Amino acid sequence: MRTIQRTPPGLVRDAVAIAAAMIAIGASFGAIAVAYGMPAWVPFLMSTAVFAGGAQFLAVGLLAAGNPVAAVLAGLLLNARHLPFGLAVAGTVGPRWRDRIVGSHLMTDEVVAFTLAEDDPARRRRTYWLIGVTLFTSWNLGTALGVLLGGATGDPDTLGLDAAFPAGLIALIMPSLRDGRTRAVALTGAAVAVLLTPVLPAGLPVMSALLGLVVLFRPGKRREGPFRPGGRPEGR
Amino acid sequence: MMVVAAILTLAVGTYTMRLGGVVLRDRLELSASLQRLLPMAAAALLAALAATATLMAGTGLAGVARPAGVLVGGLLAWRRAPFVVVVVAAAATAALLRLAGVP
Repeated sequence: MRTIQRTPPGLVRDAVAIAAAMIAIGASFGAIAVAYGMPAWVPFLMSTAVFAGGAQFLAVGLLAAGNPVAAVLAGLLLNARHLPFGLAVAGTVGPRWRDRIVGSHLMTDEVVAFTLAEDDPARRRRTYWLIGVTLFTSWNLGTALGVLLGGATGDPDTLGLDAAFPAGLIALIMPSLRDGRTRAVALTGAAVAVLLTPVLPAGLPVMSALLGLVVLFRPGKRREGPFRPGGRPEGR
Repeated sequence: MMVVAAILTLAVGTYTMRLGGVVLRDRLELSASLQRLLPMAAAALLAALAATATLMAGTGLAGVARPAGVLVGGLLAWRRAPFVVVVVAAAATAALLRLAGVP
């Protein structure tokens, strides 16, 4: 990791903070999988090969209930957002096949959020790989701890980690929300997703947030006139 | 055996969607205005993830502690507090409220 020496201290500090949270949540995943009666290799295989927290929690519950087909379908539906994420970060992952093949596997919500919070292409690249490798390592380390320690790892909700993750995502998208058009799209999409959560299967509400893009195509966009540049000059 | 097959299918499918987006970007030859939509689409998806993870537990509403913690974190983020401060403040608020018996 020779890039670390050129990495700004703020990014390393953020990476350490999110790694600590990932270890705790990964541990709860490992512990829950074992508590469901799954053999120890199941959480390991999921954390390395699937590497998507939400889908893993969902799928391991359905697998334990003896419903592997539902586990696959629900997990894939929840992970469908990675396709538009891939489109958005393709320029950062780069044109080389070696980077694409490895880099794609590191793609998670947090990696995408950290990456898009940067403006400069070189910083984006560094952020993608640093956060991606950090999260993959800490998630799998956490899973191993959870399998070893079992119920002794405790409930991450007691530590408030269920509030930490959405707050972290909000902090990361805040710079782009300062642009009026992006804010309108994102807030509309978020409202659509929340309203649809009670009625649609997991995964579809978040995907339907893409409907927020229709606010861009309304005639006579509100206060954002054609001459107003998006976002404030002071940036983040 | 079914479990291995299920996990590997989920893994391959997830990876295909990840790689698919990265590879399709070149093939699609998107116009400049469509390309500008991609970060907005990603922001909408991330905002939706944050909102549903804040407010919903399964198909019902989450309790009080979690949304309150996220609200504190969100206000700090709005005030341009550093990422670590936002995350720790959100977690601490939710944890303390739960310690005080708030669901």
